[in-house]
Amino acid sequence: MKSKDVPQDDADMMRGKWKDPIYTVDEKGNYTTSYSLGWDVKNTVMQQAWDNINEKVEVIRQRVIAGDLSPVAYYMEKNIMDVSLLSKYMGIWKWTVKKHLKQKHFAKLPEETLQKYAEIFNLSVDQLKDINLIKNAEQKE
Amino acid sequence: MNIKMDFEHQQSAHCENGVVSNLLRYYGIELSEPMVFGIGAGLFFSHMPFLKIDGIPVTSFRPLPGVIFSRISKRLDIQFEKKRYRRSPQQSMKDLDRNLEKEIPTGMLVGVYHLSYFPAPYRFHFNAHNIVVYGSQNGNYMISDPIMETYATLTHKELMRVRYARGVFAPKGHMYWVKRTPEKMDLHGAISKGIKQTCSNMLTIPVPLFGVKGIRYMSNKVRKYPDKLGPKKAALFTGQIVRAQEEIGTGGAGFRFMYAAFLQEVAAILDNPRFLELSKEMTDIGDSWREFAVIAGRIVKNRNKADENYDRAADLLLKIADMEESFYKKLQKSVG
Repeated sequence: MKSKDVPQDDADMMRGKWKDPIYTVDEKGNYTTSYSLGWDVKNTVMQQAWDNINEKVEVIRQRVIAGDLSPVAYYMEKNIMDVSLLSKYMGIWKWTVKKHLKQKHFAKLPEETLQKYAEIFNLSVDQLKDINLIKNAEQKE
Repeated sequence: MNIKMDFEHQQSAHCENGVVSNLLRYYGIELSEPMVFGIGAGLFFSHMPFLKIDGIPVTSFRPLPGVIFSRISKRLDIQFEKKRYRRSPQQSMKDLDRNLEKEIPTGMLVGVYHLSYFPAPYRFHFNAHNIVVYGSQNGNYMISDPIMETYATLTHKELMRVRYARGVFAPKGHMYWVKRTPEKMDLHGAISKGIKQTCSNMLTIPVPLFGVKGIRYMSNKVRKYPDKLGPKKAALFTGQIVRAQEEIGTGGAGFRFMYAAFLQEVAAILDNPRFLELSKEMTDIGDSWREFAVIAGRIVKNRNKADENYDRAADLLLKIADMEESFYKKLQKSVG
C-alpha cells in the first residue's frame, strides 16, 4: 500500500489512545510507517463482533427480567465470559457456576460468594443484586 | 518507592515485536520492529475450523505467542531471565518491585480485558499481550505498552489483576527481563535463519491447516460458508478472518506489509538488491490481502443477502496462495 492511500475512516474505535501504525511505501519506494485513524472495512468487522455480543447480552437480559436467570448470567454475558472462564475466575466447579445462573439458586447464595462474583464483575454486592440496574441497562459499544 | 527509568517508548504495530524492540533499545541494541519480526520468523498463516473462540473458527497470521521472543533470544544470543508465579501474586509484585529498584525494565504478559487504559472496543479476553514496566511512582506503575502512542500507568491492584487474568494463555504472573546482551551479534546469520524458517513454515508443514496450504484450505471453507451456515453466521465467520488480519496490530494485511519492510531493510544490510524485488512482491501480496478484506467487508455489510461475493473472496484467496507459494520458493533460494 502507498502512504498516500492509507485510509482515515475514523469511527472512534481507538478512543484517541492511538492511531494504527501501517507499513507503507512512500513516493520514493521506501518503506515507512503511516498512521491510520481507522479503515471502513476494519470498523465494519469490529462493529459486527460487538453487535453479535450485544445481541446475546440482550437475550439473557430479557430472561433475567423475566425472573428465570440470575444477574450472574447477565454480567457473565456482558463481560464476554462463558461458564468455563467464569468458573476459573471464581475458583469453583463449572456445574456450580451453572447453578448460580438460575435465579432460584442465586437468591440463596451466601454473602461471601456474592462478594466474589461482584469483585469479578467490578460491582458492589448491592449493584449485583439490583435487577433494576439490569432492567435499565443501556446497550453500549 | 519512586523510580523512573530513562526508558524510551516507541509505538509498534504488534506487542511482542514492540516489547522486544523497546527492551533491547534500553541496552543499546537498535533493532526495528520489522527486523525483530523477520528474525523471529513472525510471518505465518493458520486456519483451524475445529478450534473455535466464541463459536467462530480461529484464523491467525502469526505463530503462537512467545515464539518470536524465544527465537530472537536464540538467534542473537541475548539472554533473558524468565519467571512465572502460578500461585503467588503477592510474590510476583514484590519481585517486580525489586527489579525496578535495580533499574531493570521488566516485560510481562497481561490480559487486555481489564487493562483500564485500553479503549473499550478492543477489550476482549486476550491474554498474551506484552507490556514493559519501567518505573513506579506513588503506588502507580509506569507502563510502556507498545500498542499505545505514549506511556501509561496502572495502579498496584490493576496491574495484579491483568497479570492474573484467567482463561486461554493465562499469564500467571509471567515476567521477563534482559540478563545479558552479546558483545557482537551475528545479524547476517540471524536474518538468514529467520528467512529460512519462515519459508519452511509456509511451504512444508505436512498438515493442510498451515502455511500456503492453510490459505487454500480456508478458501475452500469460505466458498461453502453461505450454503452451509446461512447468511448471518457465514458473515460472522468471514468477518473474523478480517479481524485477525487487520484489527489486532498487524501493521496492515496480516503482517505482510511488515514483512515487506523487513525485506527492504535486509536488502540494505546484505547489500543485495534481490531483496528489494522480493519486498515489492510481498507488498503486492499484502495489497491482495487488503483486496480480500474489502470483499469480506462487503459481505459483512450485506449480511442478510446471500450473494456471489463468497465465490469472489474464495477465488482471490486461491490467487493469494499461489502468489505466496511462488514468493517463498524464490525467497528460499535467495538465502542459499
